[in-house]
Amino acid sequence: MIIAERKPVAEIVEMVADAKRVLVLGCRGCVSVCSAGGEREVEILASLLRLGCKKKGRELKTIEATMVRQCDREYIDAIDQWDGQYDAIVSMACGVGVNFIANLRPTDIVYPGVNTGCYGGSTEQGVWTEQCAGCGNCVLHLTGGLCPVARCAKSLMNGPCGGSQNGVCEINKDIPCIWQSIHDRLQRTGRRADMDKVAPIRDWSTSGHGGPRKVVRDDLTV
Amino acid sequence: MSFTPDIQIFCCHYTSQQAIAEGTDGLKEDGFPAGAAINRLSCSGKLQVSVLLKAFEDGADGVCVVGCPADKCHNVMGSQRAAHRVLAVRKALVELGVEGERIEMFHLERGFHPEFIEAAVLMDERIRTLGASPFRDEKTTKNPVKKVPQKSAKKPAPKGGKKK
Repeated sequence: MIIAERKPVAEIVEMVADAKRVLVLGCRGCVSVCSAGGEREVEILASLLRLGCKKKGRELKTIEATMVRQCDREYIDAIDQWDGQYDAIVSMACGVGVNFIANLRPTDIVYPGVNTGCYGGSTEQGVWTEQCAGCGNCVLHLTGGLCPVARCAKSLMNGPCGGSQNGVCEINKDIPCIWQSIHDRLQRTGRRADMDKVAPIRDWSTSGHGGPRKVVRDDLTV
Repeated sequence: MSFTPDIQIFCCHYTSQQAIAEGTDGLKEDGFPAGAAINRLSCSGKLQVSVLLKAFEDGADGVCVVGCPADKCHNVMGSQRAAHRVLAVRKALVELGVEGERIEMFHLERGFHPEFIEAAVLMDERIRTLGASPFRDEKTTKNPVKKVPQKSAKKPAPKGGKKK
């Protein structure tokens, strides 16, 4: 899922400085699962915004709502029900949701309520770690299912760097050297030979270096 | 400026058992602060961050949560969860430029203990030092700050008192 984290409240209070009525809009997708922008977080942010504005001596009215998703047109269209009732929207969805609102509602002012981080998962309660970089050219079949693009600090493609010490990354002592983990896992599963396959110079154009990416499925388009 | 702090105490069924039995008069006799109010819950772990924030929105100058000792919660993890939520509110208050000390978590043994009163007194004293909440809305709060007019500096009466 997409991992996000609420922005500092003071930053959002500053964003809505010109608004008297704000629609705080959550998303029941990824940000709800990672407790950044679901229904509960909407309630908290709305309260914090009201308190922040009250401290600055002004009243802020909030509408609190949570969409099924903010990355599909039909859900964004549902914002029509609050037309004329808000001066700005604070979207607690990932950056995709904020962009979708901006794309589809040309006259609405929309602000991000969260910082969108990475593709990851919850490794323990309250902890999320990056697992995938969304590079658009997956090599997990060669690396035992562990991603060197996302999980190697240097995104190396042909084994560890010289800084790998005792299975730990030299950049951050709290994370394992993923190439050590890849090696151990391939060995354990009898696929050690995969390590000898030299990865060619990588084409990063699929990773966003060639501009915004697009997927078209002719079987689904209408 | 003097005021009676509005302190909202959220406590679990167990830690507040005897305090509730004491009743208002009993608590008053024990020195329970006049502006403190007890909000009883089945477990402190039931508390949501939004409930604590709402207390500030409603005019609280300080909020405290009283739960079981961290390793002795009736619901295993309840008071630990409450402590985490208190920390989340404290962090948010600091982000808004407000003293984080306006909210505090206390882990107390079950039943009545002088520590329950002491926790309330500690919060009361702390909030008196910090002053009224910067979130206070004088129009809506139930306990508006009372401004005490400064007494005019009068010359002390001459010794010996008034002549009869």
